[in-house]
Amino acid sequence: MNLARAHVLVGVDDEARLAGADKVLAAFREAIAASNLASEVQVVETGSLGVSGHGVVVAVQPDGVYYAHVTPDDVGAIVEEHLLKGRPVQRLLLPTAAPVARPADVLTRQKRVVLKNCGVIDPERIEEYIATGGYEALGQAVTEMTPEAVIEAVKRSGLRGRGGAGFPTGIKWSAVRTASDPERYVVCNADEGEPGTFKDRLILEGDPHRLLEAMAIAGYAVGAHVGIVYIRGEYQLSIARTERAIRDAEALGILGDRVFDTDFSFRVEVRPGAGAYVCGEETALLESLEGKRGWPRIKPPYPVTCGLWAKPTVVNNVETLANVPDILRLGPGWYRTLGTPTCPGTKVYTILGNVRYPGLVEVEMGTPLRVLVHELGGGLLPGRTLKGVLIGGAAGAFLPPAELDVRLDFDSLAERAAALGSGAVLVMDESACMVDMLSSVLRFFRHESCGQCVPCRSGTDVLVRLISSLQTGTGDRYTLDRMVQIVDAMRAASLCPLGQSVALPVRSALAAFRDEFASHVDGRLCPQCQTTARAHGLSA
Amino acid sequence: MTKDAIVGRYPRSPEVLLSLLHDLQKANRENYLTPEDLARAASHVGLTPTEVRDAVTFYSMFSLRPRGRHIVRVCESPNCHLAGAWSALAELRRALGVDVGETTADGLFTLELTSCLGACAVAPVMMVDDEVVGNLTPERVRETLDRYREAK
Repeated sequence: MNLARAHVLVGVDDEARLAGADKVLAAFREAIAASNLASEVQVVETGSLGVSGHGVVVAVQPDGVYYAHVTPDDVGAIVEEHLLKGRPVQRLLLPTAAPVARPADVLTRQKRVVLKNCGVIDPERIEEYIATGGYEALGQAVTEMTPEAVIEAVKRSGLRGRGGAGFPTGIKWSAVRTASDPERYVVCNADEGEPGTFKDRLILEGDPHRLLEAMAIAGYAVGAHVGIVYIRGEYQLSIARTERAIRDAEALGILGDRVFDTDFSFRVEVRPGAGAYVCGEETALLESLEGKRGWPRIKPPYPVTCGLWAKPTVVNNVETLANVPDILRLGPGWYRTLGTPTCPGTKVYTILGNVRYPGLVEVEMGTPLRVLVHELGGGLLPGRTLKGVLIGGAAGAFLPPAELDVRLDFDSLAERAAALGSGAVLVMDESACMVDMLSSVLRFFRHESCGQCVPCRSGTDVLVRLISSLQTGTGDRYTLDRMVQIVDAMRAASLCPLGQSVALPVRSALAAFRDEFASHVDGRLCPQCQTTARAHGLSA
Repeated sequence: MTKDAIVGRYPRSPEVLLSLLHDLQKANRENYLTPEDLARAASHVGLTPTEVRDAVTFYSMFSLRPRGRHIVRVCESPNCHLAGAWSALAELRRALGVDVGETTADGLFTLELTSCLGACAVAPVMMVDDEVVGNLTPERVRETLDRYREAK
């Protein structure tokens, strides 16, 4: 990195781009050159700055000042007032969560491991990743450690898979390492499709080298020479930045043949998906990579012994892998100081819905849901009250306000029949109808059921019909019982987690909001449900 | 780029099938995969045309029928639903004069629904081709359509 007096960080992700980030970026470069500041102030195009819903967000470091909704017309004022005269432009400051909090508090109150570089470095410059200690862990692993020692370190860190299931990563790696077949693969699951989730997108857009480093470490540990990143087809910027990062790393000899001049070779390829939520299920993803329909396989065998092309395969989520470089660099002992004893480390969440500051946050495992909703999310909009939270995405659980003190980690949520899932936190105020929200969840599952197994294929369709009957006033009191019977059958008999997990939102919604569901039977109509029914062409 | 040139950029492995199909589909003005495309892809990656067809019909981003020049995909997942995606959808239906799954008479737009696009902080969201358009209001929907109409 250049030794500049100040850095102007322009957060560029898909959202900022549609708000005109490219024009803001160009305006800054032009204005800074015109003011003869080019040698003192560096403009950095970076990933998301961690604040969403505020248009183009610009940070000026080291001042720690964040600007929101910046347009090209505002750039002159920022350069003139702030960069030349040292006076932040008050009218453009990012609003604060609490009256006393400074804008940057939304960021400083977090514990950033995975997102440490997001919004700080230029993701398109490998030098900047290296300057933050990037690729040190890989160098250390391949030159000083045995593969077994790498696996041991990951095991001791207690890292668990962040894709939803929470399986211990070190045990997975160990199983592939000890598999009899010498041809092995490392696959990164970047088919992020859980509604309300975009953490993996922001990691890929904001710090793609972190992922590549982790994949190479995984490859070294398990004895694989090929890594594949399966990115959902809609994530164009993620695909472009990851591909570029691969080329840059290969050019420096960090990936490709003879990594760091050792005998270890590792190349990485990007494969786009084509629009199928179920491909986030690891065996469906492997089928898709083989050029087939994304139909989940029957397990066992598991991918660790029979994965891509029937070879032993590690399949890890983006966020899981993004933890690995720091675990090696700073040690498993350091990692265990974060989070809870059974769920060490941090977790990235997307806080969305009726909160003041929707966006992406990273906090330690075990943080209470209340902190996310009321502190980091800024609480509800003025005058509104909390009705419920859908946590974990569509395959997640509806929680009532009484559950707000639940700690967010795999085990605490499992105790309450909820799941951490992908870390989506959808906050709903009293204006939301829970029947209507559940109808959206169920239509999602009907759309995304892959159609392979009967319980899910038929069950998701029957569930939509049942909830539609509640929305159009044709349901009766047996409708609710039938929904429970169906999701229980799906949980018992579906082939993959997609069908099995529909029980979670349905049962939790009915448990927490029974009265509201009961008020939708026997011809009683709710305005919100009627609107939805009309939008979907149902008569109400 | 000719179809042969597109195909020639890829190794002969089923692993590249989806990438190859994306490129072939984009090369067709009507945003779909022709029977010839399927045959070409099949012979290149070493699958039968039926196997390729089987795969293609599974993925929502591929179409075997001609579509509009631009694909408008509206997210209907819970977060966008909460933010009022239905009103954006109603406006799209009205402004385009078509229902979901249909193409406008001028061949310019096809209207589709999609699951979460991962841009939830600016819900409700739609995608027009590769562009994400968020914070949808009826005005924003109309402006966006106009922009694509003018750019044709």
